[in-house]
Amino acid sequence: MAEYLVENGSSVRPERPLEPESLLEPESLLEPQGRLERLRWALRSWQLSAAMWTRAAMAYRTSFVLMLGANIMITSLDFVVVILMFQHTDRLGGWTLPELGLLYGTSAFALGMADLLVGSVDALGERIRAGTLDVMLIRPAPALSQVCAERFTLRRLGRPAQATVVLLWSVSALRVDWSWDKVLLLAALLVSGTVIFGALFVGGATLQFWWGEAKELQNSFTYGGATLLHYPPTVFAKELVAGVTFGVPLAFVNWLPLLHILGKPDPLGLPAAFQFASPLAAALSVLVAALAWRAGLRAYRGAGN
Amino acid sequence: MALIELEDVARTFTIRAKVGRLRRERREVRAVDGLSFTVEAGECVGYIGPNGAGKSTTIKMLTGILVPSAGRLRVAGVDPARERTRLARRIGVVFGQRTTLWWDLPLRDSYDLARRIYRIPDARYRANLDRCVELLELGPLLDTPVRQLSLGQRMRGDLAAALLHDPQVLYLDEPTIGLDVVSKVRVREFLREINTVAGTTVLLTTHDLTDIEQLCGRVMVIDHGRMVYDGGLDGLHATGRSERTLVVDLAGPSAPIEVPGARVVKVDGARQWLAFPAEDSAAPIVAAVAAGYPLLDLSVREPAIEDVIARMYAKVPIG
Ligand SMILES: Nc1ncnc2c1ncn2[C@@H]1O[C@H](COP(=O)(O)OP(=O)(O)OP(=O)(O)O)[C@@H](O)[C@H]1O
Ligand SMILES: [Mg+2]
Repeated sequence: MAEYLVENGSSVRPERPLEPESLLEPESLLEPQGRLERLRWALRSWQLSAAMWTRAAMAYRTSFVLMLGANIMITSLDFVVVILMFQHTDRLGGWTLPELGLLYGTSAFALGMADLLVGSVDALGERIRAGTLDVMLIRPAPALSQVCAERFTLRRLGRPAQATVVLLWSVSALRVDWSWDKVLLLAALLVSGTVIFGALFVGGATLQFWWGEAKELQNSFTYGGATLLHYPPTVFAKELVAGVTFGVPLAFVNWLPLLHILGKPDPLGLPAAFQFASPLAAALSVLVAALAWRAGLRAYRGAGN
Repeated sequence: MALIELEDVARTFTIRAKVGRLRRERREVRAVDGLSFTVEAGECVGYIGPNGAGKSTTIKMLTGILVPSAGRLRVAGVDPARERTRLARRIGVVFGQRTTLWWDLPLRDSYDLARRIYRIPDARYRANLDRCVELLELGPLLDTPVRQLSLGQRMRGDLAAALLHDPQVLYLDEPTIGLDVVSKVRVREFLREINTVAGTTVLLTTHDLTDIEQLCGRVMVIDHGRMVYDGGLDGLHATGRSERTLVVDLAGPSAPIEVPGARVVKVDGARQWLAFPAEDSAAPIVAAVAAGYPLLDLSVREPAIEDVIARMYAKVPIG
């Protein structure tokens, strides 16, 4: 082992050899290999990051229960609006109140879960300006995991919790024959819907790499889109419904699969396969969002300094 | 094997500036413009240049944060932009201007996260943490939330965070910025230890040339994204055409001294200042003065590195 001369002339043995091979462990153990391993590492990174933010939030002793309660109250107003509408009519676009409850419940649940898991990504522009993205990029964890977990707080459980209550109520109030295909479809749409909204959050936020004020646009697709999905497709113009089917795939969150569950005709007259295509639409959304994120990182210019 | 290799690396930024009321103009800034150098394992290299020279941009490309516009980079056998997270396990980065620590959590928590994210084996982690805590005197600070630390304490905390995973290279972008003299000395001592004892390669950006003088055997000077000097500190004096000063005390006031190889730059009563090229020997000049004038005392002043570098920056044409 080589010895090194230090200032005072005494020689010191280096604590470890100098060769670049002197890594702690074989590389294969350190860097996740393969697609599945990398995905698991991305999730694990998110989890580690989210745990840190949860602990950081505890440094400020605002009452968790109080804030969660306030959160539930505010998001509940959305559905109160729907209920008030039904004071004067018992149908909206041909849909009953329990049916609207199902629309509302699924849309709010999907949005709420996506917001809980990845919603923080919409502050990307601020992270870029503050330089915290640089810090994330030097860690051996996917930057997207870290950005999505930033400011993670369970307080955001308010919306999905409240949506679940509405969902349970509407399922009990509806006269639907819950055959296995419908149960499965409901479960699939909740997951797919969460994924679609998540992809919209990420894809929309990615625009902030190029255009600092893109947050408003992204919010109009996510929060605005969720509000759109509270109402039946029949109350909107056909062009709009087509737009959220073939453009931004919002219709796959709940409109299309609920047509099958509730046995309603498709206002666009699309093939029935569309009503089962939510998982496919979700997968495509993830692909597009992932490609956009990659392009964004390559275009990243740094915070300056 | 070179640990860091750059070949013709460039990075441009397009800036859109408003011209007049409606017109917008696109302008290209060449932050780094055809940079090539290599750094061997175990070196400690100072990387200096005036504001906006492209130092931070270079470091960001070397960490994989920024993708180069042109050229080839390799760090520890990895293309930084292409395999950023893989490289991250082999490098440590300290930004003087921002922290990698968790603002609201005790210092210890940030280190614990590093242990998990870098997947540092427990024994290794404990040994490294103990060593950093001892050398940087972090013991009493470990349970303090980072936001309550002073700038100097936080910088020490950041240094430790960058080294827990035994990186092969440590990049430091202005690590002594804003620190008082005592803190600076402590940081320098630590860096010397890391470089000489642990053998970590260090690339250091700074505006405090004392950092360089005390730590780095090699200096790279860049300006406008181009290398203007790469070599030892002593060579810098020759390149910068710096001058040493001979301060002479005569028996009484006299006309300016005339000796070959030196010129008088200042006279104050019986004391005179003579400048001569830094690479020349002082002996013949001293002998000539002693022979021709009533010499009482003399001293030689080395050129200030600041002056040398300032002169070097000034020489580079604006490109
Ligand atoms: N994100 C960016 N967008 C536009 N221009 C940038 C960006 N980042 C850096 N630059 C420009 O690139 C040049 C080099 O900047 P850089 O930060 O690398 O300089 P530096 O040598 O680190 O300077 P300093 O000593 O002030 O830290 C500057 O002209 C700067 O304005
Ligand atoms: Mg800089």
